[in-house]
Amino acid sequence: MTAGREPTGPEARLIPTPSQTVGPYLRIGMEWMQAKDLVAPGSAGAVTLVGTVTDGDGEVVPDAVLELWSPPAWGRSLTDDGGSYSFTVVKPAGAHRHMEMFVFARGLVRQLLTRIYFPDETDANLVDPLLARVPEQRRETLIAKRDPSGGLRFDVRLQGPDETVFFAY
Amino acid sequence: MTQVAGHPELRLDPDYESPEYRSSAKRAPRQPLVLLSDSLLDSGGPVFGETPVTLSDADLTLGPHGEAQGQRINVSGRILDSDGRPVAGQLVELWQANAAGRYRHAVDSHAAPLDPNFTGTGRCLTGPDGAYRFVTIAPGSYPWGNHPNAWRPAHLHFSVFGRLFTERLVTQMYFPGDPLLPFDPIFNSVRSQRDRERMVSSFDWDTTEEGWALGYRFDIVVTGHLATPFEEASGVRR
Ligand SMILES: [Fe+2]
Repeated sequence: MTAGREPTGPEARLIPTPSQTVGPYLRIGMEWMQAKDLVAPGSAGAVTLVGTVTDGDGEVVPDAVLELWSPPAWGRSLTDDGGSYSFTVVKPAGAHRHMEMFVFARGLVRQLLTRIYFPDETDANLVDPLLARVPEQRRETLIAKRDPSGGLRFDVRLQGPDETVFFAY
Repeated sequence: MTQVAGHPELRLDPDYESPEYRSSAKRAPRQPLVLLSDSLLDSGGPVFGETPVTLSDADLTLGPHGEAQGQRINVSGRILDSDGRPVAGQLVELWQANAAGRYRHAVDSHAAPLDPNFTGTGRCLTGPDGAYRFVTIAPGSYPWGNHPNAWRPAHLHFSVFGRLFTERLVTQMYFPGDPLLPFDPIFNSVRSQRDRERMVSSFDWDTTEEGWALGYRFDIVVTGHLATPFEEASGVRR
């Protein structure tokens, strides 16, 4: 189908193509370009970011894709059989000390957007305008945890009592 | 229904909560979404101009031992933003079942044959005018166990990138006149008929090749917005 225009309105914007789920077989289409290292492991400030994606029953999600955006670096990691993903990242400098992450999975008709804040940025997180709009008891879900290994952990809970905060835009 | 906190006028279509699609039951978020300010919308996006994609990556019909089985099709179109501007030099990924309705994936146990010459996966970069083109095989329908006698309409999975991070889109392309479309919970997770039609390709004589392949046209329009205002009275999205 060729692109169609809105019937009315001065701007005559095109009608967006709707989203559909990646389905259970996303691996064959998206695994060819995993991009787990947003920075070279071992480079200055490089830190490992790992996490597990779980559903409303606490079951791991082995068929998800996580895409990370830390301008200008982009990354993609598919979850393994244990529902885990991993990246090598560096904390962004400047005003935006966080990273955006999309979650795609079977069962999601469209991707989910979440945001990863850093645990050692207590002061900046305290005055972050977006965190301020998140109900206080849910803010913790957006702040990565320090891993015993020295890296960071950011688990994604799609549903349930500790559901991760997701964003509209 | 998924809510956006503090914005009852905003609706999602498709909605994460799509009860007819069984896999969504334990995976769709239940809490209201938090509306992000506009600052993210102009933060740019990943660029794949340097990605090693070759012309042959857009031809799915050539296997290691010969040609893939099935009806050869040319699938082409343009990637545009909602202002009609072409998305140039960006990555398009495609994956699909083979002509028999079987994916080359460990989880697919459908009793239909694999084709040694068909991986069902391809990719390309859009041209300066946002155009892409794949040569592939018409995919078969396949059963999926969502409900009794559930069959997916034939479809291609598309993953595209816009210029902005928020213009990221994964969708599915369907074929005109497929009798399974009215019964498919995934296709119908999009409630607006007008919007659903944007996912159905059109048969295209211009790219149908004499003695060789049928042509289908599928333009993809990306938007940076997840939720849009909804007019309750008319049921029309603005
Ligand atoms: Fe599929």
